[in-house]
Amino acid sequence: MSMIHKTATEMAQALADKSITAVELTQQHLDRIAAVDGDIHAFLHVDSEGALAQASESDKHRAAGTARSALEGIPLALKDVLTQKGVPTTCGSKMLEGWRPPYDSTVVTKLKNAGVVILGKTNMDEFAMGSSTENSAYGPTHNPWALDRIPGGSGGGSAAALAAFEAPLAIGTDTGGSIRQPAAVTGTVGVKPTYGGVSRYGLVAFSSSLDQAGPCARTVLDTALLHEAIAGYDERDSTSINAPVPQVVAAAKRQDVKGMKIGVIKELMGDGFQKGVLDSFKQSLDLLQEQGAEIVEVSCPSFDYGIAAYYLIAPSEASSNLARFDSMRYGIRVGDDGKRGAEEVMSATREVGFGKEVKRRIILGTYALSSGYYDAYYGSAQKVRTLIKRDFEAAFGVADVLVSPSTPTTAFKIGERANDPLAMYLADITTIPVNMAGIGGMSLPSGLSADDGLPVGFQIMSPAMQDDRMYRVGGTLEAALNDKLGKPVWAQAPELAVK
Amino acid sequence: MAAISREEVAHLARLSRIEMTPDELDHLASEMQLILGAVARVQEVAAADIPPTSHALPMTNVFRPDVTKPSLSPEDALSGAPAREEDRFKVPQILGDAE
Repeated sequence: MSMIHKTATEMAQALADKSITAVELTQQHLDRIAAVDGDIHAFLHVDSEGALAQASESDKHRAAGTARSALEGIPLALKDVLTQKGVPTTCGSKMLEGWRPPYDSTVVTKLKNAGVVILGKTNMDEFAMGSSTENSAYGPTHNPWALDRIPGGSGGGSAAALAAFEAPLAIGTDTGGSIRQPAAVTGTVGVKPTYGGVSRYGLVAFSSSLDQAGPCARTVLDTALLHEAIAGYDERDSTSINAPVPQVVAAAKRQDVKGMKIGVIKELMGDGFQKGVLDSFKQSLDLLQEQGAEIVEVSCPSFDYGIAAYYLIAPSEASSNLARFDSMRYGIRVGDDGKRGAEEVMSATREVGFGKEVKRRIILGTYALSSGYYDAYYGSAQKVRTLIKRDFEAAFGVADVLVSPSTPTTAFKIGERANDPLAMYLADITTIPVNMAGIGGMSLPSGLSADDGLPVGFQIMSPAMQDDRMYRVGGTLEAALNDKLGKPVWAQAPELAVK
Repeated sequence: MAAISREEVAHLARLSRIEMTPDELDHLASEMQLILGAVARVQEVAAADIPPTSHALPMTNVFRPDVTKPSLSPEDALSGAPAREEDRFKVPQILGDAE
């Protein structure tokens, strides 16, 4: 019997009951990918052989009674920005076409140690720069809810794989919303852990002070199980937090928000928000109140400057980080005719290897960091970052968690904003402040928008290293929504054509 | 806000080691104008007495013990090289005129 429409928790139970093997479960997902991914294009690379070998290993562990974790034998889709030894890693860029990393990222090491089966690498905006996955050099991913719409970005491939039942678990990375915004527009769950909560070792860097890998799944509990599997201190990441991982699984199961104070951020629900998104958001607030939470309004005036500051800080860091793509040690090399010097070859390679958005951000970052402009742009953006942190500190002084819609609108059409970078950047207005302050953020589906029938995301933010709080609220809201709506949002996705 | 010229964009492209076509430079110059106009808003609230934040977490001088550990073999380290010679990365000429 096919299990692809079940949750990871149910799959793990079936594996424990021996009603299915990990090899069978993996094969079901590989078959699903073969059947639907021609239309979705969630995957850039499917590692059938490697996945089945891992699954076979997993079955041996289960049989011997030595299951390595609660997720032993569960399949997962990995964003193509994390290295996995010997498996192609492109970051959605021509620059890294054909590169097979010689080492595992810490996230992958932890997944392997937990017995999780890695199915393949998922599509993304080039070097994680974008909000629609249209910036991938390998073509866009399509939203399983409506194939002519974007699946969000940059982690559109991971989110679409979950919504299309190609995998029950996925890994994303979130620099300005790249886990949460795709989760919101595909009706799935995504968490950006506290900065430093999950190791960045082997995560190809975009903006190092903002980048954070995190778990994605269809339910809050599945997301929590994956969170615990990948989180924790890593001496190979100098910004890794040396403290115990928050108890997110227990929090996801708690189903109780009595006495909690939930702060609604006034600035993240005004003009520019779709009516159906706001209606769904307010319905969720009512449900949380019914569950015994107290709703309070908070004001974070500096958030209005969040996008402007982000589009100075992230490109500045990117212009430095992406200097590593010099055509000397890995990736493609163009124009090496034996006559041209290293700098000429480098310049020719970067012209061909980088796409439009990446070039735009490198130039913007180089400008913002250049002498004469540094104080006015990068320096000012860093001050806004301080103001955003202060706004959060004040808000968390009166509320245990903060909430907002995850995105201002539901999924927009492919091509609609592709030639308007400023319109595209607005997609992250709600998610960026979390990255600037280094705190935790979750998006979970709160229903379908009445105006277009597409999924809406509800964002929960918690203070640094208090990630358990967002799981506690998320788990409670998810259960209340399932009661009210009859079934989970992700279970209402339209049937896909099977080839 | 000062206008950004096509020549400035060309200079930034040179600094970034990206060999852009004339069309790309034209297009990017107009886009940069728009984007810089939007992001310049940060100056409205960036008062002199606000300290900058470069990193969200209070962290300084993270050290590890200085001990030797297994690392990549030469074969692994060179596995992605566009060109190699023996156990080295082979790169185009760096100093002086090529040929």
